[in-house]
Amino acid sequence: MSSTDLRRWFNASREFTIPLLALVVLIAVWEAAVRAFGVPEYLLPAPSRIFEDTAAMSGVVANHTLATLRTILFGFLLSIIVSLPLAVLISSSRIFADAIYPLLVLTQSVPKVAIAPILVVVLGPNELPRTIVTFLVAFFPLVISMTAGLMAVPPELIELSRACRATKLQELTRVRLPYSIPFVFSGLKAAIALSVVGAVVGEFVAAEKGLGYLITSATAFFKVPVAFGAMLILAILGIVLFQLIVVIERIFFPWAAAEEPRT
Amino acid sequence: MIDISNAGQVFGPAHAGGVRALDGINLAIRDREIVTLVGPSGCGKSTLLRLISGLIAPTEGTIRIDGEKVVTPRQDTGIVFQAPTLLPWATVLENVMFPSTIMGRADAAAQQRARELLKVAGIAEFANHRPRQLSGGMQQRAAICRALVHNPSILLMDEPFGALDALTREVMTIELMRIWTAAPKTIVFVTHSIPEAVILADRVVVMSPRPGRIAEIIDVNLPRPRTFALAGDPEFQRCAERIRSLIFGEQGVRFDVQH
Repeated sequence: MSSTDLRRWFNASREFTIPLLALVVLIAVWEAAVRAFGVPEYLLPAPSRIFEDTAAMSGVVANHTLATLRTILFGFLLSIIVSLPLAVLISSSRIFADAIYPLLVLTQSVPKVAIAPILVVVLGPNELPRTIVTFLVAFFPLVISMTAGLMAVPPELIELSRACRATKLQELTRVRLPYSIPFVFSGLKAAIALSVVGAVVGEFVAAEKGLGYLITSATAFFKVPVAFGAMLILAILGIVLFQLIVVIERIFFPWAAAEEPRT
Repeated sequence: MIDISNAGQVFGPAHAGGVRALDGINLAIRDREIVTLVGPSGCGKSTLLRLISGLIAPTEGTIRIDGEKVVTPRQDTGIVFQAPTLLPWATVLENVMFPSTIMGRADAAAQQRARELLKVAGIAEFANHRPRQLSGGMQQRAAICRALVHNPSILLMDEPFGALDALTREVMTIELMRIWTAAPKTIVFVTHSIPEAVILADRVVVMSPRPGRIAEIIDVNLPRPRTFALAGDPEFQRCAERIRSLIFGEQGVRFDVQH
């Protein structure tokens, strides 16, 4: 490999190599600093220690990860199922918009951490309250961006569909819904990131499994490296799920990826 | 045959100072005739086109097509707007098929017709492209194909070339006449370009603003097929001059600088 090849390869992969390099440097500095200054493990464990302790109980951690993933996905799906009809209602009628908007804002102004324990009492200590909390955290930006998408249809497109004698239903399915797809995806990206937050909040309050539970139980026993490990897994989970949505959009709606409103 | 009798349009409630856009419009448009509507902004020419299309209902008078009162958009009209208004997610072919799809007649025959129209418009090779991959002129060609796909007998065009550059605009005007020659239809064409209005029209309807009224209807006695070379023809200049004087007054435009 000649030097120009090497440079070309470096340029082509710069998008990945530079952030990766930065990450490696950060971990190295972290490791070195913890060792050099003898920072106690319960304050800041070294990366190697986090990895060791987490790997030592990898089977258990995997189960917790799966439990959290379940909650995230259920909550996320519930957000989609609720948001779409809500957005259609809000965008189709002034009266619905006036009736629903204040309620939506109300659900958002109540701190979800405050709702969670109440939900556990009402719904029982099972998966349902966690899913609901996840949903409550995640669905709001989805409704807002879906509604914005349905309302952003240029009046000329509506006029066109009317000139073609489209029914209200055809106008919705053939024009408004497809038009809102770029907006929907920008909402989905926000919602999946928030779903991770919601699931952990739910698990903090009441759970016998999940990464949120693992963090509370590990810190209770001063097993700080494991708590750090769980936190890092949550971060990775969030990034992977987010990227998954980016990829789905690029594969199935390439035109939408190009049209998406900048946020 | 489009028959507009005593049509008027007031936007907003009359008692609360509604805006009168059109007043006492009487106009009969023959089959396969090209009529251009020209006038300054605010003369109601786009409103008149929307009345004929059935997108809005007149507050006074009636519009009839072949004796039938127009109340909603009809299957025998096609409309082209100033913006191409193509669906960004659909291919050019799917966009052209849109009216057929909505009317539940997106069959093989309709697709065949859509492909033929794309060929006539010279954009056949872009059938499977997305609109954003096309230039403005090509997008507007696709929009014209879309307006023609269900084979309407009336084509309504609302400043269709208004957003294009001057050169593309002339090409498109000639192309439109070529398409018309191949399959003549009634065309009602709104424009604010005087040469465009004259070169296309059998009759030019000159409108005056506030409220929108018909100032005069001018017959254009130029032979077809036409090109912009006719711009030097005395008949062309007579028509253009007459329109100019109707719009700007007998003295023409005055560039008085007030001190």
